[in-house]
Amino acid sequence: MNPTQLKDAVLEALYSVAPEAEGEQLDPAANMRDQLDIDSMDFLNFLVALKDAVGVEVPEADYMHVATLDDCVRYLAARLPTAT
Amino acid sequence: MPSLGADMESGILIEWLVKPGDRVHRGDIVAVVETDKGAIEIEIFEDAIVAELLIALDTEVAVGTPLARLDRVGQQPAVAAPPTAAATRTPPVQPPKVATPVQATPVQRTPLQPAKPAAQQPAAPRAVPASVPAPAQPAAAVRRKISPAARKHAREYGIDLDRVVGTGDGGVVTVADVEQLHGIGSSSPAATATPVPPRAAAPPGAAPQSSAMRRAIAASMSRSKREIPHYYLAHTIDLEPALRWLEQRNAARSIAQRLVYGALLLKAVALAATEVRCLNGHWRDAAFTGSATVDIGVVISLRGGGLAAPTLRDVAGADVDALMDALKGATERARRGRLKSSELTNATITVSSLGDTGVEAVYAVIHPPQVAIVGFGAVLSRPWVIDGGLHVRRVITATLAADHRASDGHEGARFLAALARHLANPEAL
Repeated sequence: MNPTQLKDAVLEALYSVAPEAEGEQLDPAANMRDQLDIDSMDFLNFLVALKDAVGVEVPEADYMHVATLDDCVRYLAARLPTAT
Repeated sequence: MPSLGADMESGILIEWLVKPGDRVHRGDIVAVVETDKGAIEIEIFEDAIVAELLIALDTEVAVGTPLARLDRVGQQPAVAAPPTAAATRTPPVQPPKVATPVQATPVQRTPLQPAKPAAQQPAAPRAVPASVPAPAQPAAAVRRKISPAARKHAREYGIDLDRVVGTGDGGVVTVADVEQLHGIGSSSPAATATPVPPRAAAPPGAAPQSSAMRRAIAASMSRSKREIPHYYLAHTIDLEPALRWLEQRNAARSIAQRLVYGALLLKAVALAATEVRCLNGHWRDAAFTGSATVDIGVVISLRGGGLAAPTLRDVAGADVDALMDALKGATERARRGRLKSSELTNATITVSSLGDTGVEAVYAVIHPPQVAIVGFGAVLSRPWVIDGGLHVRRVITATLAADHRASDGHEGARFLAALARHLANPEAL
């Protein structure tokens, strides 16, 4: 998965919990939860969707490292399963 | 058209997910209906074969109106018949073996938006004479991608979505596209689009998609404050034991099995409600009727404005993992604007949590005919005295608003004390 595909996967997971955000502007360097008003349950659903799509589990202790779209893509890129 | 709440009078059929000849099973989603509470997925309650769709798309029908005719499984001779145009069929005067009656009484008929080829258009309801407008022409067979929020905006403004040019990712029609056509967007109007006068006066900048829901909330909450003598209690609870237990447990588990503390709160509320029974049930006809199970309505605030409160059934009898799954699913469906019809009726008590916003306490308004609502504020670190020593603990303020006709403050206090006791023993939840 290249960074563009990763970004698409992150956005798709995001839209699954915040459908009204689909196609709307998102600042890639700003906090996603703040921008889209995502609560803790939505965020967990987002991480589950991300795990299904990309195969990377984000532990609770790392939540701060996936707060923005850019950070999230970087975080995932560094941890992609080698098999894919 | 099922009733999806005491205040619901009608709904608009916006999508059929089955066609004549389809075999359906109990629990299948067969249609989507737009209501004051948003788009609701309608489930079927028996195994059957769809004989005929009685209501065309975008038709508003009253509660109680049959939407389709079903044949019982094993009794249908014409199952294999393809769903052809209505003209080729002879309308039976007294259809045999019907599971639902055939009379349909549309309240109001809006012009059909031909989103599907003519062959797939549901048969026109026979009981409605002449008023059925024929689809002008079959439009593109492909359904356009339209964000749910954009669809609601368009309906609210009276904008024909066929006129809206989608500019979102992959041509998705977004709220911005609809607002641009409506003339309240900030950028220049699209050259290809002609604005349509709004159906109702929607002030620019307001959250237009929620106005029907706003009215429903207004009606229900006004009734509540008019009829229900609320009393309020608050109790700050040490949540440290529950949170530590949860963090330890989550660290050893995959994301899909992780719990949020909200699931523990719900379970503790349910257990407390089984101990103090006069808070769990309904007030009807000047009397309280308690419920054997604790069915919790969970308030989810929608980002476009408004609320949804899907019901989680028998929370006291569910283990926290099952409860977590139910909560996760309900939250996701509420966000997509696609709750199931079975989720929207008859909660026996409601829980409203505003924890993610950081406020300390919420004093909520009871949803009639229920008699109590439990509020949770944010989890906050506070100085806390334990055995004469000062500690920093994470605490949460639980509030109870209860109907004084059904219970007194003493019972309410017992409920909050029981809630604190259950949260102090998270392993037992």
